[in-house]
Amino acid sequence: MRRKERIDRGIKVRSDDIYAIASYREMLYLLLPRLTPVIALLILPLITQFCKAYYYEKVAVLSCIIGLLALSWDYMASVGLFSLGQAFFFGTGAYFSAYAHLKYGLHPIFAMVIATVAGALFCTAILAPVLRLRGVYFSIITLALPLFFTRIIEATKILGGTEGLTGLMPISNRWAEVYIPIVSFLTALFAFRRIINSDYGLVIQAIRDNDRAVLASGLNVQLYKAQCVFVASIASCFAGAFMAHFYQAVGLSAFALDYSLMPLTSAILGGVGTFAGPAIGAFVIVPLSETLRTLGTLRVVVYAVLLFVAVIALPEGIFPYIRRKYQQVERIVEV
Amino acid sequence: MVGGLIIYGLVNSFVLALIAMGFSVTFGISRVSNFAYGAVFILSGYVIWMLLNWFRLPYALAVVSTILLSGAFGHAFYYVALLRVRGMPLSEVVATFALGVGLLELFRWLGFVTYEFSLPPFKKGYISVLGFPLDYQRLFIILGGIALLGFLYLFTHHTRLGLAFRGIAQNERTAISLGINSDKTAAWSVAFGCMFATVAAAFVLPLGIISVNTGYEALLIAIAIGVVGGLESITGIVLASIVLGFVQVIVSYFLSPAWTMVIYLLTIIVILTFMPSGLLGKLKELEERV
Amino acid sequence: MDYLLTVERLTKSFGGVMAVWDVSFKVQKGQLVGIIGPNGAGKTTLINLITGFVKPDKGKVIFKGEDITGLSPYKIAQKGIARSFQVVRPFLHLPSYKNLIIPLYSKRVKALRGGKYGDRDLVALDLLEDVGFEKDSSVPYKVASSLPHGYLKRLELARCLALRPELLILDELFSGMSMSEVAATMPIIEKLKEGGMTIIMVEHRLRELFRIADTVIVLNFGEKIAEGRPSEIIENELVKAAYLGAESA
Repeated sequence: MRRKERIDRGIKVRSDDIYAIASYREMLYLLLPRLTPVIALLILPLITQFCKAYYYEKVAVLSCIIGLLALSWDYMASVGLFSLGQAFFFGTGAYFSAYAHLKYGLHPIFAMVIATVAGALFCTAILAPVLRLRGVYFSIITLALPLFFTRIIEATKILGGTEGLTGLMPISNRWAEVYIPIVSFLTALFAFRRIINSDYGLVIQAIRDNDRAVLASGLNVQLYKAQCVFVASIASCFAGAFMAHFYQAVGLSAFALDYSLMPLTSAILGGVGTFAGPAIGAFVIVPLSETLRTLGTLRVVVYAVLLFVAVIALPEGIFPYIRRKYQQVERIVEV
Repeated sequence: MVGGLIIYGLVNSFVLALIAMGFSVTFGISRVSNFAYGAVFILSGYVIWMLLNWFRLPYALAVVSTILLSGAFGHAFYYVALLRVRGMPLSEVVATFALGVGLLELFRWLGFVTYEFSLPPFKKGYISVLGFPLDYQRLFIILGGIALLGFLYLFTHHTRLGLAFRGIAQNERTAISLGINSDKTAAWSVAFGCMFATVAAAFVLPLGIISVNTGYEALLIAIAIGVVGGLESITGIVLASIVLGFVQVIVSYFLSPAWTMVIYLLTIIVILTFMPSGLLGKLKELEERV
Repeated sequence: MDYLLTVERLTKSFGGVMAVWDVSFKVQKGQLVGIIGPNGAGKTTLINLITGFVKPDKGKVIFKGEDITGLSPYKIAQKGIARSFQVVRPFLHLPSYKNLIIPLYSKRVKALRGGKYGDRDLVALDLLEDVGFEKDSSVPYKVASSLPHGYLKRLELARCLALRPELLILDELFSGMSMSEVAATMPIIEKLKEGGMTIIMVEHRLRELFRIADTVIVLNFGEKIAEGRPSEIIENELVKAAYLGAESA
């Protein structure tokens, strides 16, 4: 009988332990996969500005924004809360920022910061009652929330009703407009990875795996869940707040299904629980969606099909697949 | 006025109960939350419409064949997709959600959005109740609702399959060891949910037009009723439907119809805050015993 | 005489079925109390009631003179009651010593260590040595999913000890262990007892329990039917009837 065998590459085994780093080759082995995308993303705006390829710049910004939403999704997923409504966080951030800006005349950057914190507090407060429940309840509520808020704004005609809020000041600096999303995306990516690998992160993941054992260990599970929602909301609300100023307007479309579906698809396609996966996923989904712009509403069907196929047929995700290929050799052996 | 509120509140409650039943049936039996439920509801409407208008089938035959198609669809969906992700709640939710969105948005793109897409009432005309006109379709909704709830009760308590369903719901492992085929029952639970959606569509949709957005709304209603009522108890569904049904009618009478969704959200949040397992749910308590 | 734990007339029913009915008992500091009874006698529910995982319908739980009835489980754990679970579900993808990071993260541990957490990894490795994970071997570093059942049970015990509890409640620690595993675990319990730990053990392995218990409480259909020294319990007719009744049923 033959079977496939997977073996760690020698270089991986050696470089796993920090004391064993012996050569530049091994250091490169560790650093390359981390540094290359970071540097590429950081110099991308220089190239696009130089070549006047503003379209690609916009796609990159949008990818970072969806990437932020996807990272935020993955962060909540690591404590076992699966959101079907990232649009809720996105829309909250967008409306808070637009309102702070228009009502109190705050500078866009300042409005974004206020909206990020206030929006995250608001989202956490709304979701707090549901955190006590397990299973699908959280998904159910997050699915409903963006739709409910759309209805509330329609019904009460607050925040500009169906017209939305327009006439927002853009972030006047071109460089800032590109680098703010890129830098915050990379910050979120590395911050989340660092948190989840710390002892605090172990507690978070333990809650997902077995919340009763965590309770019996004297830890306030609800508090940790709320903290997770808050941290995740910061990333998502910031994404929304930024986009409000990027488009110089915010409307009910901020709560649209796209902003729930695209991050979800990115995360599932990229590989749940790895953070790098959802980040990569966003840079696949957004450019794809931009090339399909001519399809109109059929695009949503495309995401849905992608999501469906990813869940059913590719449970592993892109990133874990790449990581495996990078770190292991496969061969067929006789048994 | 009070009489009118009571009658319309009652009709509305039965509309909600009809829509919510299928979702709860599936969840109650196999713990699969079918987020494609709203899509199945609306698709049933479109299929009935197509059978009526393109194939010129008689109304009753169109409805019955759609119910059968819907059951077949539920089976196929379970064996093709859900079976592979069984026991992984995230994947179940995402797979059903993706399917639902995909189907609904496909129909939107195909252009099934105009006013011509509506079903005729079973019987035109109205009767007078307490001095208020009540058209036949709404009367049928009340009767259909009662019949379906009764059927559900008898089915789960007095038939072999129904008892197997309850066995699975209570303890899947024990049920398997007693020779109940868990996959088969789970597939049936999904199929039953879909068939209930079709029946609900046949009763409810003639009141308005068939639109894609109603699909999302139906899912929300089903979820709201399920969450408020406790997701697996028939009495819970009835109670929650009555509460939300009357709230909706009263709010749209005294404020405006636009406010109903706001009240929905508030009701759900209030109930979940004070009664985490819903009005009659035992789910949480059962889990805590383990 | 001061009692560490006093349980007063605890009652809980699930949908009309009495799981625990009017159970009272007291535990002195340093005692080892065994709780036995046929399957479904309400032993685990009783533990859930004491540790806050289930809220009682009636009755009181008093720990160190403080009423802790109905507090959330994590607060009760922070007060110094650690419990193990009958079905162990460790964090399987983590190395075993990393499993202990979770209890070591609690405020109680921080307070007991003078406001500092210190190096949790080292503390965790020490704890594992205490419950018999071979020191200087690779065992503590292996992922939990690769360990045999006996080790997982002892990992669960270590998780409880990490909290530095004053009262240790063990729910069927020996169940599913082989004879040799039980033999390896018994000295750990005995050593804890010698160190002055107060322990409540729910157990089916009566022989081992009777050897180390000071007092044994017998439950049947949710009611306490007997309480006394192991030698008295063995002779008790009611207890015999309960066990025989359960077997013939």
